[in-house]
Amino acid sequence: MGAADYQVDEKGHLEKNNYLNCEKGLKSWLFTIDHKRIALLYLGAMILFFLVGGLAAVLIRLHLWSSDSKLLSPDMYNVLFTLHGVLMIFLFIVPGIPAVLGNFLLPLMIGAKDVAFPRLNLFSFWIYLLGALIGFIGLLDPVWLVSKIKGSAIGTWMPLDTGWTFYTPYSTSTGAGSGWGTIIMTFAAFVLGFSSILTGLNFIVTIHRLRAPGLTWFKLPVFVWSLYATSIIQVLATPVVGITLLLLIAEKVLGVGIFDPEKGGDPILYQHFFWFYSHPVVYIMVLPAFGIIGEIIPIFSRKPIFGYSAVVFSSVGIAAVSFIVWAHHMYTAGMSPFSQAFFSATTFGVAIPTAIKVFNWVSTMYKGAISFEAPMLYAMAFVFLFMIAGTTGIFLATLGLDIFYHDTYFVVAHFHYTIQGGAVIGLIAGLHLWFPKITGKMYNKKLAIFAFWLIFIGFNVTFLPQFILGVQGMPRRYAFYIPEFEPMHRLSTIGMFFNAIGYTLALLNLALSWVFSKEKAPANPYKALGLEWQAPSPPPHDNFINTPIVTVGRYDYGKPLEDLGLKGGVSG
Amino acid sequence: MAESVYSKVGGRGAPPVYHHIDPINAYHAAKFGMWLFLATEILLFSVLFTAFAIYNWAYFESFQHAATKLDWKLGGLNTLILLFSSCTAAIAVYKAQINDNQGVVKNFTVSFICGLAFLVIKYFEYSAKYRHGYFPGTELWNSAEFSTQYKNYFGLYYVMTGLHALHVLIGMGVLLWVIFLARRERFSEKYYTPVELAALYWHLVDLIWIFLFPLLYLID
Repeated sequence: MGAADYQVDEKGHLEKNNYLNCEKGLKSWLFTIDHKRIALLYLGAMILFFLVGGLAAVLIRLHLWSSDSKLLSPDMYNVLFTLHGVLMIFLFIVPGIPAVLGNFLLPLMIGAKDVAFPRLNLFSFWIYLLGALIGFIGLLDPVWLVSKIKGSAIGTWMPLDTGWTFYTPYSTSTGAGSGWGTIIMTFAAFVLGFSSILTGLNFIVTIHRLRAPGLTWFKLPVFVWSLYATSIIQVLATPVVGITLLLLIAEKVLGVGIFDPEKGGDPILYQHFFWFYSHPVVYIMVLPAFGIIGEIIPIFSRKPIFGYSAVVFSSVGIAAVSFIVWAHHMYTAGMSPFSQAFFSATTFGVAIPTAIKVFNWVSTMYKGAISFEAPMLYAMAFVFLFMIAGTTGIFLATLGLDIFYHDTYFVVAHFHYTIQGGAVIGLIAGLHLWFPKITGKMYNKKLAIFAFWLIFIGFNVTFLPQFILGVQGMPRRYAFYIPEFEPMHRLSTIGMFFNAIGYTLALLNLALSWVFSKEKAPANPYKALGLEWQAPSPPPHDNFINTPIVTVGRYDYGKPLEDLGLKGGVSG
Repeated sequence: MAESVYSKVGGRGAPPVYHHIDPINAYHAAKFGMWLFLATEILLFSVLFTAFAIYNWAYFESFQHAATKLDWKLGGLNTLILLFSSCTAAIAVYKAQINDNQGVVKNFTVSFICGLAFLVIKYFEYSAKYRHGYFPGTELWNSAEFSTQYKNYFGLYYVMTGLHALHVLIGMGVLLWVIFLARRERFSEKYYTPVELAALYWHLVDLIWIFLFPLLYLID
């Protein structure tokens, strides 16, 4: 197709022949190799898992309304928090931002037509779905289900109840299948990991080889840098969890004692291998969110990003440090004092690049012309919530304090502040920011801001009390508790309602605006700089109609609009 | 529309045409991607090396003793076979670069046969272990005198060599695919990416064995 086939209106909207409607039919979606369509496939699947995982959380919090609740049996309570953790971590937030916004935006941001390996990208999506399917089989106690169908049921039905960490030896002996559920689930994690590795590999090669002419490394968007750091972690950490699975199977089938003390193995070794992957994974979740916030704040402050290179290096720094902090999850598991001190010190080290980022965001806003649109509100909430997450992280990194806080609600609150307050808020912020680019429509701004306040208030009311509960000694993962904890638990449950309604409203607003809104989004609704805003909304299959030319820097805000080429309409 | 712009154009010797990347860049991108993939493979095995190191340290004497039950001559022969196959794989890349598709076929076929020979020897090693009872499920293995420490050594031995053998098998599949393409005169000095990537993968398979062999066979 030539440029003549694209009729872009004066505001940069592309009604016909954009990537959404250039091909029709289910097959054109399921077998697409267009990075933008693959991003939407991921988004659809992930939102589904997010809702199921969220529903599990709602049930958990409802159960915790009273100290001796009869809503769920203790076994079912264990099953639900496992389901919640597994879905939210492995199926929702790990692929999360890179697979959706990363896939959609990376080629647009660097002026490429696609990622380096488009077929591999589609393959990643399919094995993601395959992994999800295997995961559900593993969760549902398959050995019992099979025995039930054969008519010789062993024991009672016990879906996976190990928590998302699958600690041995409990995880390899639970359920009717005495641990086979866990092994199938770990296999699912391996398959999902493969998807993650291939996405990461694809992104690294794309960033190295497909940048538009003139777009040098230190002109790259901070979001691209954060994707780069994330991809490095994906490629280097994920194989470790894959092979841990193989060792679990070897233990089960060959009777080799790797992790089971009865067979001469060491359960602590499992924890080391598990956290060697699963700690860096935390940064897979949150680093891309840092990048999104770094994009949003300059746009809505109309100021150049403060300390660009510090932001970039702190992303890469976090990725590097993330590999040497894993054992801070295991202070109470039995380690030499030297190891404990080492991991405590390295964990404190994470605070440095993270704090640099926070200072840079705040300094970017300083004396800026701030407009409080929905993405900006989410970004500011992110900075606020992540500061709480970070400072409570320091408490937990401190050896003496962690012995006390370990496995309490303090930890639960801390990681929800990082993962929900960080990664999920970042994802939602990004979805709002790039919604007009993705869909070619505009969302209802008032509703978006209303949903934001529900989420923000609901989130804090849910999780701030949990810090207090943790300090008072409420252990995590308990189905019952002493009556003294009831008020705080009730407050937390009330907050959960606002939070859940907020997310539902925000997502409904986006979904319904996409379907029903008549407002055509222009190419550049925020008068933002950066290559992706030069493409029409929604972009055509090849992203850009004419090869984009970089004339101004991505963060050159604060100059007159004429100088930036932004006066009047912006054509594609 | 999308299908046609992505699909491969041309045939003999010409690089595929992509809509998003030019051929030279595609070659470098593919090679870079392959190196990253190889890095993940090394990390995959490095966990096994770590587990081996830990238990070798914990059960030192048992591991020393158990290692004598392996046949270092067969292991050594396999090392030579893989080294030779790596050499022919490297020659195959050179042959592709000088437009000699038949050379690619010949050299990769030699590598393929070496891989097969490696697996046959491995089979004889495994079945000898089975006859002697150093194999899960045998009478000796299940008896009380066969300590968990021995099980640990042999278990790691089977996991490490088994995973490696799986890689040999996958590598042979890749070689077969490239041989098939080379028979159809697919490669030339302008386009030999699959030949080079297959050879890179084969070298990795060889390299991992070079670490496995002394670690498992020669530690006493």
